[in-house]
This record gives sequence, C-alpha cells and structure tokens, in this order.
Amino acid sequence: METSLRKKYWKENLRYLTILLFIWFLVSYGFGILLVDELNTIRLGGFKLGFWFAQQGSIYVFVILIFVYVRLMNKLDKKYKVNE
Amino acid sequence: MGIQTWTFIIVGLTFALYIGIAIWSRAGSTKEFYVAGGGVSPLANGLATAADWMSAASFLGMAGLIAFSGYDGSVYLMGWTGGYVLLALLLAPYLRKFGKFTVPDFIGDRYYSNVARTVAVIAALFVSFTYVAGQMRGVGVVFSRFLDVEVNTGVYIGMTVVLFYAFLGGMKGITYTQVAQYCVLIFAFMVPAIFISIMATGNPIPQLGLGSAGEDGVYLLDKLDGLMTDLGFTAYTDGTKSMTDVFFITAALMLGTAGLPHVIIRFFTVPKVKDARKSAGYALLFIAILYTTAPAIAVFARTNLMETVEDTPYTEIPSWFTKWEDTGLIAWTDKNEDGKIQYLPGAAVDGKKPLFVEERGSSGQRLISNASASPNELYVDRDITVLANPEIAGLPNWIIALVAAGGLAAALSTAAGLLLVISTSISHDLIKKQFAKDISDKKELLIARFSAVLAVIVAGYFGINPPGFVASVVALAFGLAASSFFPAIVMGIFSKRMNREGAITGMVAGLGITTYYIARFKLGWIGNPETSGADNWWFGISPEGFGTMGMLVNFAVALLVSRFTAAPPEDVQQIVEDIRIPSGAGQAVDH
Repeated sequence: METSLRKKYWKENLRYLTILLFIWFLVSYGFGILLVDELNTIRLGGFKLGFWFAQQGSIYVFVILIFVYVRLMNKLDKKYKVNE
Repeated sequence: MGIQTWTFIIVGLTFALYIGIAIWSRAGSTKEFYVAGGGVSPLANGLATAADWMSAASFLGMAGLIAFSGYDGSVYLMGWTGGYVLLALLLAPYLRKFGKFTVPDFIGDRYYSNVARTVAVIAALFVSFTYVAGQMRGVGVVFSRFLDVEVNTGVYIGMTVVLFYAFLGGMKGITYTQVAQYCVLIFAFMVPAIFISIMATGNPIPQLGLGSAGEDGVYLLDKLDGLMTDLGFTAYTDGTKSMTDVFFITAALMLGTAGLPHVIIRFFTVPKVKDARKSAGYALLFIAILYTTAPAIAVFARTNLMETVEDTPYTEIPSWFTKWEDTGLIAWTDKNEDGKIQYLPGAAVDGKKPLFVEERGSSGQRLISNASASPNELYVDRDITVLANPEIAGLPNWIIALVAAGGLAAALSTAAGLLLVISTSISHDLIKKQFAKDISDKKELLIARFSAVLAVIVAGYFGINPPGFVASVVALAFGLAASSFFPAIVMGIFSKRMNREGAITGMVAGLGITTYYIARFKLGWIGNPETSGADNWWFGISPEGFGTMGMLVNFAVALLVSRFTAAPPEDVQQIVEDIRIPSGAGQAVDH
C-alpha cells in the first residue's frame, strides 16, 4: 500500500476515534460524574437523569459506540481495500 | 426435592459439561494452547471474554456493593464496562494484527528490548497472581456456601476442575468452557432478577423496572431515597465520595480493564482484525446484560430490606431473615431492648464481621459479642443481595441451585483465564524467550502444561492461605495494569517516535509511584500509619483511583525521555506502520 494512502487511512481512523472517544467521555465522565448534579434536576420517568447516565445510560452508549466503530471501520477498510 | 439435592444435581451437571468440553477441545500445539489456534469466532470470543471478565465478585458481590453504596457504586458500573470501549478502539485490533501470543511479546518486540519484555512479564505475573488469589478464595467461598463444605475443601475441588481443562486444553479448552459458563451464569443471574422485578414493579425487564413505580404509584428510586433520608442515611441517588475521587476511580478501573493481560489475550484468539473489533462489541454487550441488571437488583433488594426490617419486631420477621441469620450473614442486636429492629447509619458491629456466641437473646435472635456503640442494630453482609433474592421472590429450589452453579461458573471461568496468562508468561515469555530459545513446539507445549499445573498450585496455596492484603488487591491489580500496560501499548501503536528508553522509564515510573501510593495509603507498609488517612491523600485521590495518576506519570515520563533519546530503528517503525493496517493479519504465529 502506498504511503500517502496509508496516511489517509490512518487519519480517517484517528478522526473516528476522536469523535467516538469524545462521546465516550461525555456520557460517563461528563453526564455521569461532572454534570451529575445539574442533570439530576431533569427526570426521565422514575430516574434522575444524571443517576441514570451513571448506572445505566453510559453502559448502553458504550455498547453502541463499539458497534458503530465496527461498522465505520469495516466501511473504511473496504474503501481503502485493506479488508480481508 | 430439597435445595441441597438440586444443588448437587445442577452443579454436577455443569461440571460434567465443562469436563466434557475440555476433553473434546484438547490442545495439540502451542498455538492451540496459547491462543486457541486463532480460530475462535467473534461471537464465541465475546461470550468467553464476558465469562472471563465477570468473576464471583461480579456475580455475587456487585449488586450488593451497589445496594450499599448507591450512586458511589457507579464507579464500578462505568469503570468495569467503559474499558471495553478503549480496548475495542485503541488496543484489540492492533494487537491482533501484531499477531503474537502475549502482551510481553508485544512490549518486547515493539520496544526492541528484553528489559522491556521482562518488566512486562513481571507486571503481568504480579497483576495476574494478585487477581487470581482472590478468585480461588472466591471459588472456595462459593462452594462452602452452597455445598456445605469447608472453604479449603472448596478451593481443592475448584483447583481440580480448573486444572483438568487448563492442563488438557489450554486456551482452547478454556475458551469453550467459558462459553458454556457464560450461558450458565447469565441464566442464573437473570431468572431471579426478572421475577424480583415483576414482584417490585410489575415490569419483567429489570432495567426498566428500576425506573418504574411500585404498587403504591411512587417511583422506586424516590421511595428508596425517602426511606434512606428518613433514617439519616445519604439519599441513595446521591454520593458520599468527592467528585474528584469518583472521576479518578472510574478512570483507573477503565484503564486497568483495558490493560489487564487476561482480557487482552482473549483478542489474540480470533481469526481477523475485524473479528477482534466485533468480539469486543459482543463481549461488552454480554457484560452489559449483567452490569445493567445489577443496579436494578440493588435497588429492589435495598428497598425490600429497608421496608421489611425497619421497626419490625424480630418475632414477626420473614423466614429468609432468620435463615441468613443462621448462616451468619445477618446479625441483630437489640440495643435499646424494644424487641424491634432499628436499621440506621453506622456500623452495627466493631470490626468487620459479627462474632456470634452460643446463647440466643430474649426474642430468639443469635447474640454477638462485638456489638458497636452505634444505635444501628442490624448487620447485613452485602453478598446477601444476590444470594437471598430467589427466596425473597419465593422461587423454587432448583433456581436457588442454579444461582450456586452460576456463582461457581463465574469464579471458575475467571480463575482459568488468569491461570492461562500465568502459565503462558512462564512457558513462553520466560522459558522460551529468555532461557531456551531453541526448544521444539512439542517441548514448549509440555512446559506450558506443567506451568499451568504450577500456576494452579500456587494460586490454590494463596486461596487457602490468603495473604493479608488480598482484600485490597483488586485496587492494586487495576492500578498496576492502568499505570504500566495501558500507556505502553497505546504509545506503541499510536506513536512511532516512542522508543525503548521512553517506554521502560515510563512503565517503571508509573508502576513505582502507584505501588508506593498503595503501599503508603492502603496497606500502611510505608510511612507513618497515622498520616495515611483520607486527609493526607494527594489531591484527595483514594488509593483505588491512583492508577489514573500512575498512568499520567507513565505517559509524561515516557514522552519526555523519548524526546531526548534516539528514535526507534527503522524495522520497528515498520512494525508500527504494519499493525495500523488490518489486511494480512493471518494467523497468530510465533516468529
């Protein structure tokens, strides 16, 4: 594989990582910890929202993030023909 | 049939299943022994990883831990799941592409240094041994609780079973038994949870039940907050830990998860890079089923406990209460002599556990000799949260037996995974790579098998004679993994400039400062014990959360040192280029 293509592939990968890890940080450390008191003033059914993110929501988002990453990378691998 | 009979039948059946799988999946080469031949499907690997990851502590202890810590328990929920995102995005695909057998393999090759490899082997052995000691003890405790044998006898039985399939099948045997063990443990965890959820809220899905209202129309969490604040506890949905500490503990657990060798090694067993990504997703999905149910069970159980016992005369208490009192997991002292149970904040007993005496009190309760001065009259062991569930829900005996089989599956699967890392470290990273480079595959396989035997015996020894610090070793294992492996691997992949000098000094600095901090503030081995309290913690970070700081130190030292030393050689930079591209992963091979 050509060096320039490699670089482009890696750059796109890093862009995905940055976006997904930002969301990862936001739902757990952001919503579940740093902003928990503010979010707890909002209700989601029987849950205070901050508490929900800390004990439920963040985990759901984690699972979704990995499967989104799998999809994005499978597409990217195909685009650059580095899939197997 | 009685609970005991059912337990023998179900536990016996599951053990027969595990041993059957072990015989069917015998390993014929080191590749099969170390990485199951590299042919495990992503789904099977996801199931195996989930069983590997969830220990007896997750199965029996997690819901209780949350039930008695409320919001503070979130650190474990987020910490022990969020690490898989890091694994999937930052580590697993690249390590799979690298295509060797162990974590020290990667560290040694990427940093072109036997010193780096040795530091990694020592860290891997240390992390795995501290972790497995607790697991073997857990196996013994589960056996003693359900089968009425001595804890030590339980450890021996557990050792024999694990030895059987670790010796025969290595990673291959362990992988397929773990798949079966996941099915057993998740079924055993979910069935009582679903019934309890229906009882408490009418909703069969515990995750939704947690946010629903009970028969009285009051939301469950609001009711529990009310019950707790009325009695002077902190509200369930509020924490008592500082925000800084919650942040650091969560991060240390996540980074530690992503750096634990027995978890990382599972991703070497799949055929392709994209399978490594996918199986991380499956693993987290299967783990999330238990981890999102646990907080629901926690709330159902805590609410039930508070409503049942508070101000209730001992003579009118339901039968599960006295049953668990008989086993010593509940103790009640009638401090104000009104015959009723007062459950208040504060420790009911001095020391960790109640010390029972022969006599019984005026209401028929078991008396203890170490009641504390606090007005709180009730001691409850946290493990009861999961153990007592089926009885509280009035479920049939075979389900109680199933919980026993589930607890054993959880303990055995984790112990087996750890033992494999230990035996691989000895036979591959130490003997093959350091001392006897020319041995044949057959000979290495034989050494691997005997390393497994040795590892089981040492782990069993620690299970029977637990070192004093076992209770705090989880913090240690995660802290050390976070401060050593995680940064070294991530920099090895994402920085081409990171070199031998940087990685070694970084690992040593991270490990050193984290070990020092835990020895100083958790174990009290160094410094004045009088100044090891929370007031003296650096930046208010508890020893459990310090691994995060260790990781930052590792990164900082490594980046600084690498800046002033020579760049890695061309062929190593080529390795980095190569692992970034998924194609051509091939099978895991030993170069």
